[in-house]
Amino acid sequence: MLKYIAKRIGLAIITIWVVATITFFLMNMVPGGPFLSEKAISPQAQAALEAKYGLDKPLFEQYITYLTDAVHGDFGDSLKQRGRTVMSIIKTKFPVSARVGGISVLVALCLGIPLGCIAAIRRGKFIDSFISVVATCGIAVPSFVICTVLMYFFGVKLKLLPTLGLTSWKHYIMPVIALAFYPTAYIMRLTRSSMLDVLGQDYMRTARAKGLSQVVSIFKHALRNAILPVITYVGPMLAYTLSGSFVVEKIFTIPGLGGEFIGSITSRDYTVIMGTTIFLATLIVVMNVIVDIVYKIVDPRIKLK
Amino acid sequence: MAEGQNVRKLVDIKNERLSFFTPAGEVKALNDVSIMLDEGEVLGIVGESGSGKSVTAYSLMGLTAHPGKLLDGTLWFNGHQIETMTEKEMRKIRGNEVSIIFQDPMTSLNPVYTIGNQIEEVILLHTDKKRKEAHERAKELLELVGINEPEKRLKQYPHELSGGMRQRVMIAIALACEPKLLIADEPTTALDVTIQAQILELMMKLKEKLGMAIIMITHDLGVVASMCEKIAVMYAGKIVEYGTAEDIFYHPKHQYTKGLIRSIPRLDTKEHERLVPIEGTPVDMLNPPKGCPFAPRCEECMKICLREMPPVTNFGDAHYTQCWLNQKEEMEGGTANE
Amino acid sequence: MKQNPISFQLKLNPEDFLPATEEEKESLVIMRESVSFWKDGFRRLVKNKVAMVSIVVILIIMVFSFIVPSFYPYSYKEQIKGANNLKPMEYSEKELEAIAAGEKVFPHIFGTDKLGRDYAIRVMMGSRISLLVGLIATAIILVIGSAYGSIAAFFGGWVDLVMMRIVDIIYTIPDILLIVLLSFALHAPLEALTSLPGFGWIRTVGENLISIFIVFALLYWVGMARMVRSQVLMLKESEYVTAARALGVGNGKIIKKHLLTNCIGTLIVTTTLQIPSSIFTESFLSFLGLGVAVPLPSLGSLASEAINGLNTYPYLLFIPAALISLIILSFNLLGDGLRDAFDPKLKN
Repeated sequence: MLKYIAKRIGLAIITIWVVATITFFLMNMVPGGPFLSEKAISPQAQAALEAKYGLDKPLFEQYITYLTDAVHGDFGDSLKQRGRTVMSIIKTKFPVSARVGGISVLVALCLGIPLGCIAAIRRGKFIDSFISVVATCGIAVPSFVICTVLMYFFGVKLKLLPTLGLTSWKHYIMPVIALAFYPTAYIMRLTRSSMLDVLGQDYMRTARAKGLSQVVSIFKHALRNAILPVITYVGPMLAYTLSGSFVVEKIFTIPGLGGEFIGSITSRDYTVIMGTTIFLATLIVVMNVIVDIVYKIVDPRIKLK
Repeated sequence: MAEGQNVRKLVDIKNERLSFFTPAGEVKALNDVSIMLDEGEVLGIVGESGSGKSVTAYSLMGLTAHPGKLLDGTLWFNGHQIETMTEKEMRKIRGNEVSIIFQDPMTSLNPVYTIGNQIEEVILLHTDKKRKEAHERAKELLELVGINEPEKRLKQYPHELSGGMRQRVMIAIALACEPKLLIADEPTTALDVTIQAQILELMMKLKEKLGMAIIMITHDLGVVASMCEKIAVMYAGKIVEYGTAEDIFYHPKHQYTKGLIRSIPRLDTKEHERLVPIEGTPVDMLNPPKGCPFAPRCEECMKICLREMPPVTNFGDAHYTQCWLNQKEEMEGGTANE
Repeated sequence: MKQNPISFQLKLNPEDFLPATEEEKESLVIMRESVSFWKDGFRRLVKNKVAMVSIVVILIIMVFSFIVPSFYPYSYKEQIKGANNLKPMEYSEKELEAIAAGEKVFPHIFGTDKLGRDYAIRVMMGSRISLLVGLIATAIILVIGSAYGSIAAFFGGWVDLVMMRIVDIIYTIPDILLIVLLSFALHAPLEALTSLPGFGWIRTVGENLISIFIVFALLYWVGMARMVRSQVLMLKESEYVTAARALGVGNGKIIKKHLLTNCIGTLIVTTTLQIPSSIFTESFLSFLGLGVAVPLPSLGSLASEAINGLNTYPYLLFIPAALISLIILSFNLLGDGLRDAFDPKLKN
């Protein structure tokens, strides 16, 4: 187990390093550099700026400096938002995204798993068909479609919910629905199929033969096995929530990190792009490691590997 | 019956008919099946896969799988009329008065719970024992089925045990509440040959010790020969021959039974003598023939066999067949077999 | 205690007890006809109504996006003067005059956008782009993924180990971040490339679209590679392949007969399900403004453009939004149907 964790963490560190490296060199591939779009900068001013940000040094040296700083949590200063470090931007924006994303993940799990189970247990009945249809349609709708449709009906037409910002609980409703929609549908499908699989297993027959009631055999014997694939999906789900947050935060103008990332791309704020990429990648990779370790704990079979 | 009144009838299945209603059509899995079993007796049900052996046993526990439906017949077990009982009443019997061990011990135990948890579960369910007592009982049971270091094993997960060990655990679970009847559904098929013998020996030992009856479902005639007092030979959802082990092995009457016995390898066969297989393939249960299901493979097949279901021919107390040939011989020879 | 009930229930003739002939016995055995894997799968697929409807929907959408535009009276970049922001089936004043003068004017079925471009043709072109991206990206993924996966599985040993570690790393990289990053970073180099002779086509397709393909080629094949590898490995070690080898069957025949027939079902299914996921990603990027170049429309960019006028012209959003969902849904359902029909291992 310890060996596994060590291996998993090692892989995670390599992954983060790869991401950081790719990010760094990609950003330096962009011709003209970060200050090209600035209006009429004199060569002297340009040189001064480059010296200030260390851009006059050889690329490899810049790379080493950047990595060492990044390890210490220093991603440099924002190029466009003067006087703010990238880290301070992340610190103010990330909690907002984390809250919306966290609620969405919880909603998706709390809705998806029970509904998927119900569909599997009531296989072939109306409720199963209904849940399956909803889930199949659910995974076909991109988040931006849900966002805009929600905004049009509940925000613009019915004026039930606020469309901008994130100041009251009501503001959370639409972004959370938009973000949780796809994962919920996906988890429903996943749970349904894995539950069906588990219900057909020999140990479920054993449970019945022992005289256990349906409720006990499902809650004790089936659920824990059926939930294993869902755990493996939590990692991809976090990644999805993240990409969804780009769209959702842009549409609902939520001051989160996803919106910031897209914004920094539009405004070519290189240090922010690099910083947020590495930060978000680290976040996802770390979450994946945690999920993997949790998986090992829930499923005793894998311990030996 | 030699022992007279002091032996109680434990199982009495009469004219059971059971079908699976699959999308492709009705599969008549059991067609007029009758079985009787006294307390402490061992019955072997032999037959090819799909002949209905397991279905018979499962229906006795009310465990018929989804598209299956009991159409007709009465099933008595230990004073309960199974076909009239609710699921809730059935649950009190299962694992308590009647237990089952399955073919594949690899998949029959839940992989995410410890052995101890799975044994104690059934004890806690059917007795008033507290958790601690259940734990003690589980330890006792593991010792009973010949597993050493029970305390350690109880904490282990199924994947940490070998196949034979797991089957022993399954037996421990089945015996936890000292059932009157143990159904063993091909308990040794998935195991190594050396382990097979150990498990069978264990079952016989436990039977002597606890005095339960056993229904042994198998396609291995060797297994039934060594263990069973009564044997039912099934083919395509029917019991084609029923009798004592002696009847079946030394005086087989039905062509299928004869074929089965011819196909067993024997030590006393002469060199170069070939085993005789039963030609042909089992019937398609979706489109069963009108007459005797074995007719297409039968060497002695007669015209009537293709048209009509054969009736029961009795050869004494507990030996009967369903075969036109036997019927013909009996009609011709009068009471020759009586 | 003898019961002999039949003798009075049935009329028995002595000849009933004559031996039956082989033919008579044969006639009893009703064998289900044996069908080949493909025939069987195909039959299951045709029986699957949902999958058939999906195929029809996909075909209709393909006809509208690839064939209809070539003889459609409007072009996707043509800005009709005075025809800005027309509602569906509405005509501009000029067109009304023309109609009054007896000319035939093709209606703007979905209206026009704010630049006066016919929206129906833009939606059709948008679907074309989305479908093309889905199909081409999937082809790229299929080729790279299956080549990589089978090489890893075939060589095994440390080659496999190294190759799969690389896959592991790419797998854990949050792809969406890198896609966004790459399509941003690749924009300029590709733009530079367009000025070179022979690369002019890049501009028409759009640098972003090319970078989307590059991203797919770089990152998205890992899932496919893993799947192919595990399939090949499983088959390599399966007993029937060992059996075939033991019987002296040649490598070529083993690959053709066992590996392909067993692998291809899974491969078809995975590929079909990859298409909607590629379309999904493209629309997402286009929506964020990182997709196709203007004036080329894609369903994602059409939806994105429509957001500003959501209040007054909601249909400009709903049409591409509904279409993209429909396309993805149809491909998903088709993939499910194919899986049920051709992938015996996944069949429930």
